[in-house]
Amino acid sequence: MTGYFLRRALGAVVVVLVLSAVVYATFYIAPGDPARLACGPRCNPEQIRQVREQLQLNDPVYVQYWHFLQGIVAGHDYSTGTGVLHCDAPCFGLSYQNNQQVTDLIIQRLPATASLATGAMAVWLLLGTGTGLLSALRRGGATERVLTWLTLAGTATPVFISGLGLLMLFCAYLEWLPFPSYVPLTDDPEQWAWNMLLPWAALGLLESAKYARLTRSSMLETLAEDHIRTFRAYGIAERSLIGRHALRGALAPVIALSAADFGSMFGNAMLTEMMFGLPGIGQLLVTSTQTIDLPVVVAVVMVTGTAVVIANIAADVLYAVADRRVALR
Amino acid sequence: MTSEPLVAVDGLTVAFPTAGDGAVRAVDGLSFALAPGGALGIVGESGSGKSTAAFALLGLHHGTGARVTGSVRIAGHDVQAAEDAELRRLRGPVAAMVFQDPLSSLDPYQAVGDQIAEVYRTHRRDASRRAARARAVEVLDRVGIADAARRARSRPHEFSGGMRQRALIAMALALQPRLLVADEPTTALDVTVQAQILGLLRELRDETGMGLILVTHDLGVAAGSVDELLVMKDGRAVEQGPVRTVLDAPREQYTRELLSAVPRVNVRRAPLRAPEADGAVLLESTGLRREFGRGKHALTAVDDVSLTVRAGETVGVVGESGSGKTTLGRMLVRLLEPTGGELRYLGRDIGGLKERELRGFRSELQMVFQDPVSSLNPRRSIGESIADPLRALGKLNDNQITSRVRELLERVGLDAGAYHRYPHEFSGGQRQRVGIARALAPEPKLIVCDEPVSALDVTTQAQVVALLGELQRDLGLALVFIAHDLAVVRQVSDRLVVMRGGRIVEEGPADSVYEQPRHPYTQGLLAAVPLLEPAKAPA
Repeated sequence: MTGYFLRRALGAVVVVLVLSAVVYATFYIAPGDPARLACGPRCNPEQIRQVREQLQLNDPVYVQYWHFLQGIVAGHDYSTGTGVLHCDAPCFGLSYQNNQQVTDLIIQRLPATASLATGAMAVWLLLGTGTGLLSALRRGGATERVLTWLTLAGTATPVFISGLGLLMLFCAYLEWLPFPSYVPLTDDPEQWAWNMLLPWAALGLLESAKYARLTRSSMLETLAEDHIRTFRAYGIAERSLIGRHALRGALAPVIALSAADFGSMFGNAMLTEMMFGLPGIGQLLVTSTQTIDLPVVVAVVMVTGTAVVIANIAADVLYAVADRRVALR
Repeated sequence: MTSEPLVAVDGLTVAFPTAGDGAVRAVDGLSFALAPGGALGIVGESGSGKSTAAFALLGLHHGTGARVTGSVRIAGHDVQAAEDAELRRLRGPVAAMVFQDPLSSLDPYQAVGDQIAEVYRTHRRDASRRAARARAVEVLDRVGIADAARRARSRPHEFSGGMRQRALIAMALALQPRLLVADEPTTALDVTVQAQILGLLRELRDETGMGLILVTHDLGVAAGSVDELLVMKDGRAVEQGPVRTVLDAPREQYTRELLSAVPRVNVRRAPLRAPEADGAVLLESTGLRREFGRGKHALTAVDDVSLTVRAGETVGVVGESGSGKTTLGRMLVRLLEPTGGELRYLGRDIGGLKERELRGFRSELQMVFQDPVSSLNPRRSIGESIADPLRALGKLNDNQITSRVRELLERVGLDAGAYHRYPHEFSGGQRQRVGIARALAPEPKLIVCDEPVSALDVTTQAQVVALLGELQRDLGLALVFIAHDLAVVRQVSDRLVVMRGGRIVEEGPADSVYEQPRHPYTQGLLAAVPLLEPAKAPA
């Protein structure tokens, strides 16, 4: 068990390192002068030269990458020309846009993305899995048909359409909800929830059909297994058959996939964040890419990559907990 | 005790709707009765409808879409007319079922004891959790699970195959049913474990006086365990009567055919050819060894096996599951690389050769696999599958290959026109013939057959075994015949190798090993084989 986690952690570090190297190389080798970008459009050549000096851009690229990694582990000192700006570990550098520490930027953005991903997961688990269970157990009912249609429509519609539809319906027309603006959970939990409701629905709906399908096939597969037949042949009622013997096996792959999807939401929810104006990681990635804010882009990719890797480990662990026959090695 | 029979089945028909408007009658007008405490064996080949009939006894076709007509009465209950709730009350306390595959028939997520306790509490509402658990431990102990109180907390995957089957019987026993329906209860088990389970069933019958319906494809299993026998074919009863009468003096032609196809472990092999002088040594292994995994998880599957195969002879390899016989077979044709020892083919060491260097030997050493379904590519016509090894050789052009494949198809008893048909269009026996044709294609000198007939019915089994013998006589092939079934192996082997735990425990001319086994393990193995004619068994 300990060996398993050590191996997986090591693997995770390798994955994130490779990812960072690739992104680093792509952006820093690509045409364009980071010093000019960092300095701004109105800099004269002398100022650009100073900035290049400050950012240590004259070093070979592998030395720069090494400094970058050093910064993550041990922090980094930047000379501002007049003094020294210390950036604590883990330091991902300074934003070209406003000289803010990238680490701070990301930490500010995490809560919104985490809120969005958690709520969306609740939606797809309830709606998607519920629909899947219903269609496996009560095939042909009206409720099932409506729910199946709803999840399919949700998946088939891009978020910027469904999101817009939800906003128009609930905020503009019915006026049941305020136009969402992000309120941190720590400030006001109630307002946080009301404002997150629509983003949750839009993103959750998008994923629901996948979960409905997976749950349905998984449940039908489990119900066809021999051990279900055994208990049916001993007079166990259908309800306990499902609740006590089928559900656990059927939901194991659903839970595992949820964990993995939750992780990927840290990089993949940008459309929803943009749509609803949520100050999340995805939005940060979009704006920093637009302004070619290289340190921010590299850092965001590393953070989202780490989230995916951790989520996948969590998925494996959850699967092994649900199904004791699976050994973690 | 009432005079009413425990089981009365009259005109039972089970029809499954098919894709069109039609229906397949899996059971067709079946009638039989069982007196309280009696034991009935229902035997038949695959597709005869024996399991479908057994399922109907507990009303298990309810709600599946199958159309069930006729009448089924168990201990006075009309199963056909019963509502769901009444059926549920019947299942367990009146009639309990033991299923075939003990691994998949228990909930993998729950402790074995809890599963038994749950079944118990479902029918004994007044029983406390603690009492139900105690009952589970009690029955587990009764069926011979050592340290039952502790093992009741184990999950099924922590049990061996035999223990799982015992646990399933314990589950049935917990409710003291009046009837036990056992569907192929020993098919997945090794022969020694099978003997223990059959013995346990006999003991429990004597002790509790419950009736038994034993569904099996194995006439030998039925012979020693039941009083009455019902032979089924295509959903109908062919013959029924007292077990000795049916087996010793069958009235029907089908029963006679079935009986004559059953391989006998206590009957010598019909000589195929005049015993010839020792052939040249073809394949020779010395101290052959194979390990899987490393470190703590390392497992030695084959350990120090020395074996000689001569041209034109058949070496039978028998052993229970986990004995290493399949690993050995795969090494002999170099599908697996030995991790130790020597393997010589015609004097040349091929044990450590690389894939490239082996190419010249591939055509000489061939293999026939157990499962004729999964060992043929379902998306290629059988002709293409047989042609593959010929193409790989690269000696013949396309026309020559096609005519060679047609010749091979006829050689194994199939129609040459079957070239363009696909595996799913063939029966199991026919598919195994295709597998044999494919192995024959490159004109090998030696074929390793790994359980070639164990997925087949006895009549098909006999035909495939006869085909192998014929090919061997005509082509002078050497065969290594690997199987768990001692009777089948006896019918084909010149020499016999008995394996256990990766090692050879006994080896010698087949008849002398079967008639005077020296090693206690071989003796136990042979004693465990169920016999059709107990009277003829050597004392």
